[in-house]
Amino acid sequence: MTGFAILMAFLFAGHVIREWWGVPLPANVIGMILFIAALALRLVKLETVEKAADFLLRHMMLFFAPVVVGVVAFFPLIGREAAAFFGGLVVSAVAVMLVTGWTTRALAGKSAAVSGGYPAKAAEEAKSAADDDRSGTSV
Amino acid sequence: MLPDWGSHPVFGMALTVIAYVASLRLQRRFPWLHPLFVTSGGLILMLVALRIPYEAYAAGGKVLEFFLGPATVALGVPLYRQFRRLRRNLAAILAGVTAGSATGLASAGLSAWLFGASQELIRSMMPKSVTTPIALELARDLGGVPELAAVLTVLTGLFGSMFGPALLRRCGVRDDLPLGIAIGTAAHGIGTARLIRESEPQGAASSLAMALAGIVTSVLAVFVRNGM
Repeated sequence: MTGFAILMAFLFAGHVIREWWGVPLPANVIGMILFIAALALRLVKLETVEKAADFLLRHMMLFFAPVVVGVVAFFPLIGREAAAFFGGLVVSAVAVMLVTGWTTRALAGKSAAVSGGYPAKAAEEAKSAADDDRSGTSV
Repeated sequence: MLPDWGSHPVFGMALTVIAYVASLRLQRRFPWLHPLFVTSGGLILMLVALRIPYEAYAAGGKVLEFFLGPATVALGVPLYRQFRRLRRNLAAILAGVTAGSATGLASAGLSAWLFGASQELIRSMMPKSVTTPIALELARDLGGVPELAAVLTVLTGLFGSMFGPALLRRCGVRDDLPLGIAIGTAAHGIGTARLIRESEPQGAASSLAMALAGIVTSVLAVFVRNGM
């Protein structure tokens, strides 16, 4: 519960900063940036927030299912603009993947060429890191 | 019509949570079923079939939706975990994510416009590569429709997750790092979830990229909004 309170406090801070200082980023993104800074500066310990964070991330789908349900009101619009809806979706998804992949590959250099830059020990670490996130990111 | 309890928030909340848990169980038996589609699709069918007004459902739906806020903040945790491990390639990762995020905003807006989309759809389409709770807020800020952005985002994630890795390999992106970064930037958590099952290094890169792309795209969207 402490972890949850900490996340809420950062979200709240994000809202305050957006409203009062007019920072034009979404409040939840401001909250996340502050939260990352706090983790990096060790103001917040990873262990304190891990449980709450993993729970929220694991069930993120539950939280935006109601938003997706709200799309019923826009079925007529999607029907009218089906070509743009699906065409734009596919074109842009392909463009983002290729541009990101090629740019990263070009700059990652040699260390990344050896099975993606993961010597045995790093691979081990990455494995445990990914295990931590295994249930974490289904959105 | 519904009785009075029908417009109490507990109605929509209970309905959603039950549908969600049921969809998770269904997925265990039929792994190709995506729980989000089963949950939302089931709820939509139920509302239509029983003629439940959307407002009655939304009273509870909004309560659950609220938790997207702290969940987005929580994305800092995977970012922080992976950052410590992928620090060596930070420059390449940042460049890739930034190029990809800019491409995402531009290509989504441009291709929708070329297909003759309305302003409403164009503005909802632009942030669709980032993770859903951020895409919702960005669509709102850009003057789009959050509900449309949510559906577009989820569909983009599914598309990238199903076809992305094969496409990238065919186009010469075979190493774990660039492949994971590309999928995380384009297909956010849905793509990440697939990579984590197949390869740990790819999944780690992907979850870092997805949180980074959310931040970078939010910053880029400020310029787009000022220019629009």
